[in-house]
Parts: sequence; structure tokens; C-alpha cells
Amino acid sequence: MNIQEGLLYTKEHEWVRIEADTAIMGITDYAQNALGDITFVELPAEGSEVEQSKMLATVESVKAASDVYAPLSGSINKINQDIIDSPELVNQSPYEKGWFVSISIKDEKEKSKFLNASDYKVYVEGLV
Amino acid sequence: MEQTGLKQTPLFQMHKRLGAKFAPFGGWLMPIQYDGIIAEHNWTRQSASLFDICHMGEFLVSGGLSGSGLEKIATFNVSTIPQGSCRYGFMLNDNGGIIDDLIIYRLEEKKYMIVVNAATRGKDFEHIKKNLSSGATLEDISDNTAKLDLQGPLSQDLLTSFLGPDILGLKYYHFIEMTILNKQAIVSRTGYTGELGFEIYIDADSVPKMWETLLKNEKVKPAGLGARDTLRLEMGLPLYGQDLDEETTPLEAGFDRFIDFNKDFIGKDILLKQREQGLAKRLILFISDTRRSPRHNDKIIVEKKDVGAVTSGSFSPSLGKGIGMGYVENGYDWLGSKIVVKNERTELLAQITDKPFYKSGSARK
Repeated sequence: MNIQEGLLYTKEHEWVRIEADTAIMGITDYAQNALGDITFVELPAEGSEVEQSKMLATVESVKAASDVYAPLSGSINKINQDIIDSPELVNQSPYEKGWFVSISIKDEKEKSKFLNASDYKVYVEGLV
Repeated sequence: MEQTGLKQTPLFQMHKRLGAKFAPFGGWLMPIQYDGIIAEHNWTRQSASLFDICHMGEFLVSGGLSGSGLEKIATFNVSTIPQGSCRYGFMLNDNGGIIDDLIIYRLEEKKYMIVVNAATRGKDFEHIKKNLSSGATLEDISDNTAKLDLQGPLSQDLLTSFLGPDILGLKYYHFIEMTILNKQAIVSRTGYTGELGFEIYIDADSVPKMWETLLKNEKVKPAGLGARDTLRLEMGLPLYGQDLDEETTPLEAGFDRFIDFNKDFIGKDILLKQREQGLAKRLILFISDTRRSPRHNDKIIVEKKDVGAVTSGSFSPSLGKGIGMGYVENGYDWLGSKIVVKNERTELLAQITDKPFYKSGSARK
């Protein structure tokens, strides 16, 4: 399983890359593998507000639909149109081409909830 | 991976080695996918896939021809099945509800094989036993009978290179008995994918060898029950326990052509009454406007009225859209009409269509 160093993680299997006051996020390799072939992604509108741990996106695989939660509160800066047109990018490249949205961070303190790569690895290995 | 009470097929270790993901199905722990459902689905449509279907049940009925009682049990005519052919249909309860869908093979003048679903095997056996005439014998051979499905446009060529030319002349819904790996086996030109394909019934001890041999050819890849489900749904084929059950009659499911009203069978009076008085519900097939998929138990809404529910729904890899089937109140089943499919999470727009969804299958070529 691919867990990338330098990213931050949630227990809901989202990854976050912090760049100044912006957070880029997506779902982890573990998540995409557990979901199977992803066939549909619904993302929030650019400019809309999201709240930490509340629903941010919907991901459908062949088998089921799942919610993806907002790792941080803030406004949606940019969405990845490519995964709407080609949802399989989330399976093929979860940390790069398969990113979901970037969020303008509202509250720096929310970052304290994240796991680093090695802690996330321990967490995921405990799930198997 | 050890889950209590779930049975494993003779190929379980092979699936593990291939890295399969497993899930419970009909009392069995079955491989759902290997490389991925969509890849396996597409491979079946363009090349050939091998499915472990050992979980399904097989019964043998032998003895008194007209007196076997099978005629009473099946909705279709059993006595007119030629030797070397098989027929699909239903077995009903007294209310016309579907106990199971099944295929009956005529092996000999007075010997039949009945193929039933895994989850219903026990109740099917009891129902048949109860209604079989005293001159006939019934035997459950499921535990010693393995089943492999080889499905896809290249399946015939691939199987011929393994078994020889005997299978070349087989027509759709015909079979031959032959020796495979020194064991008596049945090779049937049937399947559940819409593609040219074969179902092979073979001794459970021989099936690992056969599985390995067929997979040596790079044109054959293993496929799991996930792809089997999307393949059958694209053909509009029902899955028992989901699209068919004891509360549903074959007329409501739209399978009139598998019923022979010129003979007697259990549940016939109810079907006759339904034909006369009309149906309360009808099975529809529908296609989503987008890639978003309908799901089992979603509501079907027409003009803001709740008229039914989805029984099967998935993404269609061949069409690139969500597809599904479900039951609606009579009068809401018009081809081409628009429906809303709704659950607590979301809703989608869909259009009622005819079957199959996927029209380029090679099954009957």
C-alpha cells in the first residue's frame, strides 16, 4: 500500500497537503483500493463553504456510494474537474492526478487532528 | 479471512493466491474481484473470463418419465426437452411466487439435472422432494459437483484447444457429456453474461486442475462475482433473492415466455388470475442520465408519487452510465418514460428502457 511521506492524513482515509494557507486534499491509496473501481465523483462548487468532518464529496464505486468528509473547514478554492470526467484517475493516481479539491484554510488549529504518514501507516495496519 | 459458517469452494486457495477480494454470497465466501470489476467485465466482453461458480446447487432426478412430478414443479415443459438440451424457467409456490429460477438439463430419457441457486439449495431440495412422485428419485450432487463458467467471445476457441472439437457444434442451451481429466463432465453452452460461453460441470476433485489449465492461456483471466453481476445486469438478467423472490410472480417479472400455460404446474391458477385481472407491479429496466448509479432499495418516483423500488442497480461499464431494474405499480412501466430514483443521500433521473441494456453480446451468435 502506498502511503506518501510529507502528507497529512485523517482516520477517514483522506490525505491533505498544506501549501501556505491552502490545503489540497484527496482520498488515500487504502481508500481507493477498498472502494474498488470508482465510477462517479460529486464535488462541492468552487466558492462554497465546508466544515471540518462534514460531508464534502460523494464517491461511487461499482458496488456502493460513500461520503468523503472535509478534513478542514474553509472555502473551496478549486476543484479537480478531471476526476469528474475520468473518475478512474482516483484509482490510478490517488495522491497526484486524483486530488479532489483545494480549500482556503479557515482555522489553523484544526490541523492538530491530522496523523503523519507513519502514524497513519500504523493506524491502517491495525484495520487489516 | 476465516468467517464462521461460510463455505469455501474447492478453488478457495487459488483465489487467495490470485489476490482476490472475498465477500459472503449465498452462504459461501466467494471471490468478488481480482484485478478490478470493470477490467474483468471488459475482458469478458472482449476476450474470455473464467468464473468459479461452484457455489451453485445441482440435483439429479431419475425415474418415471411422465410420473416424475417435475412437470408439476417447473413452469416450462420438461417432457419436451430433447436429450442434450436444457431449459430455463421457474419453480413456484402455491401463490405463484418464485421459489427459485433454475435450468433443467435432460441427460437421458429418464434422467435430469436441475441447477439451482446457492442460497436456495436447501428449500429447493425440500420443495422438489415433496412434489416428486414416488417412482422418481432425487439426489443432491452439489458437494461433489464443481462448476466453472468460461465466458467471452473467445471462449469457444479456447475451450476447443483444451477439449477438442466436440464442443464446436453446440448450439445455445445445448450441452454434451464428455470426459475431462479422466472424469465424466458436462459442457453446456449457457451462461449469465450475454457473451458466447460455456458452463462446465465437473468433479470437485478435478476442478483445481482444470482451473489452472484454462488460466495458462493469457487470453483467459479470472473474473469474480462483481463482474458477473454487472455483466448479467447489462443483459437485463434477474438475480434471485434480489430481483426475484417468493413475493413476486414470473408475470410481474416479465418472464411470460418461460411459462407454458398448456400444462399444469404449481402456482398456475394464480398466474391465470393475474393474466385475467392484471398485475399489481411490473419489472422495469432503466438507464441513468449520468454515471451516477441507482442502488438496491432506492425509491422510484414518478410525478412526485412513490411508485416502486430498485431491486438491482450498478454502473454499466459498457454504457458508461448507471443502470438498474426494479418494480413499479402497474401503469408506470411505459418504455421511454422518465423516472426519479431517490435515496436519503441523493436522487438521479433515469429513463425506462427495454432489455438488454448491452446489445452487442456474442451469446447467441
